[in-house]
Amino acid sequence: MSQNQGVMIFGEVVNGQLQAITKELLGCGRKLASELQEELSAVLLGSNLAGSAREAITFGADRVYIVDAPLLKDYQADAYMPVMERLVKQTAPRILLLGQTSIGQDLAPRLAFRLGTEATTDCIELSIDPESGLLERTKPVYGGNVMAVITGEHFPEVATVRSKAYSPLEADVSKRGEVINIEAEVEPPAMRTRIIEKVSQVAEGIRLEEAATVVAGGRGIGSNQDFKQLEELARLLKGAIGASRPPCDNGWIGDTAQIGLTGKIIAPDFYLAVALSGSSQHISGVSGAKNIVAINKDPEANIFRVARFGVVGDWKKVLPAFTARVRELAGEN
Amino acid sequence: MKIIVCVERGADPEAPPASFKVDAGGNRVVLAADVPVVLDPYSEYALEAALKLKDAHGGQVIALSLGTDLPREVIKKALAMGADELVLLEDEAFADGDSWSTAYALAMAIKKTGDYDLILCGRQAADWGEGQVGLGIAEVLSLPGVTVARKIDVADGKAQVERVTGDGYEVIETPLPAVVTVSNEIGEPRYPTIRGIMAAKRKEPVIWKPADIGVQPSEVGAAGRRSRLVKLFQPVHKANCQIIHGETPEEAGANLAERLRLEKLI
Repeated sequence: MSQNQGVMIFGEVVNGQLQAITKELLGCGRKLASELQEELSAVLLGSNLAGSAREAITFGADRVYIVDAPLLKDYQADAYMPVMERLVKQTAPRILLLGQTSIGQDLAPRLAFRLGTEATTDCIELSIDPESGLLERTKPVYGGNVMAVITGEHFPEVATVRSKAYSPLEADVSKRGEVINIEAEVEPPAMRTRIIEKVSQVAEGIRLEEAATVVAGGRGIGSNQDFKQLEELARLLKGAIGASRPPCDNGWIGDTAQIGLTGKIIAPDFYLAVALSGSSQHISGVSGAKNIVAINKDPEANIFRVARFGVVGDWKKVLPAFTARVRELAGEN
Repeated sequence: MKIIVCVERGADPEAPPASFKVDAGGNRVVLAADVPVVLDPYSEYALEAALKLKDAHGGQVIALSLGTDLPREVIKKALAMGADELVLLEDEAFADGDSWSTAYALAMAIKKTGDYDLILCGRQAADWGEGQVGLGIAEVLSLPGVTVARKIDVADGKAQVERVTGDGYEVIETPLPAVVTVSNEIGEPRYPTIRGIMAAKRKEPVIWKPADIGVQPSEVGAAGRRSRLVKLFQPVHKANCQIIHGETPEEAGANLAERLRLEKLI
């Protein structure tokens, strides 16, 4: 059995804000640490981290390592890798969890391979096998049509966790924990890549990942112009607009609106899928939605398998009447 | 410029969900007989990225794949699309690997091909969706790696890669050689031309065995795995969608709004 002990999560901080995925990881990590009766630690890299470190404690961390350096302000593998490699070797956690995010999916495999271990990405459930004490990682494969349970006997056991798979704990402001500052010690020659520019393409309005209501269109919408109808409805419902992959690939809407395995993973209260067949890779991105409602002309469309309510019909006829009635109902308040 | 593209075959991800079953032992995915085996979609995006660079700068594109009994009519699509060579790591020893043992074998094969400039992979495979093989190759070969590319430009021994991020993209400059994983934002893969298909028919792939790339069979495939598959199972979908009707589509739409109001969803 390994000498490694404890659960460590890799946290993400953007503009001084501890990210939602990090709070979810702390919730997941706390559960595993309690089962193992070991410690939960978090590691934060970047700048301006003190507030986030304290916040991580209130969400479940016993200990937070912070590495504050100008070179770590933006994520770059060449800067983050040596810092994480050293920190993980020194602290020797049993389990290391990262978010299945732009950063986590870039960092986890490299780090695992460099440490001589392995990673399982995009997990939706993690548990400790009571017999072996090993981390069992459940992840959707074949577009979510099959689930795989994977384990390994190398340490640390590395996994990335899908957004919204776990809920954060209630923040406990009385919780105590330790914050430890670590020097970055990144040598500039280690930097091979360089970020030339960062481009934000996020539409104004409510963020897709945070919206309680999301109106999404699929291949059947047919054009850029037709998407405007969905945007109007989204505004009316104070929700965000999203799409499956074909509308993004066709340029009817920006790529950042893409929902699915390779786009955003969302879990709104109400998800309205319009002219969207519901491919497995898309459904993977909304499996956490509480109420899926579908409008589609094909009664066999896969989206109806996961929807709670649906209308079978041509969206160009159904949606305007739906929107008009929504507007009337809103007016009745 | 020499570009190596790692490609793989897999079950058509567009196949209906009911086509994917798990065997009684929970060890293998069993595909319905009518599910076609295709070139993985992300492999095609990686090929498209390579061919775009070849169109702009010339050079050579080598497609590299790994497995057993690789169906020629599927895997040769890489040649039909425009790759110059096809190299197959085809041996029982390469079968049933995980991300690590697959990446290791591919990296050792890439090493054997010699002075390459760029290694491209799909951002992930449609079946296991790990997204690890490209990064594993970068680690084994100690190369810089950039993931989830939507655009790649090459000049003066460097590549500028637009990497997709959560809220847009970032432009990253990397020295070459480097590993880049490619996303669907790169653009639709080209269709093979008739000429390409004919040329692919005539061209035979180069086959390498473990000894050809200087690895022991114990280091690759199932034997070289670091992870272990405990089991596979099928998720249970509770299909209980309530269809809202109406005399006309318009009425159904209005009725849906009424119902959603009752449910306090709007």
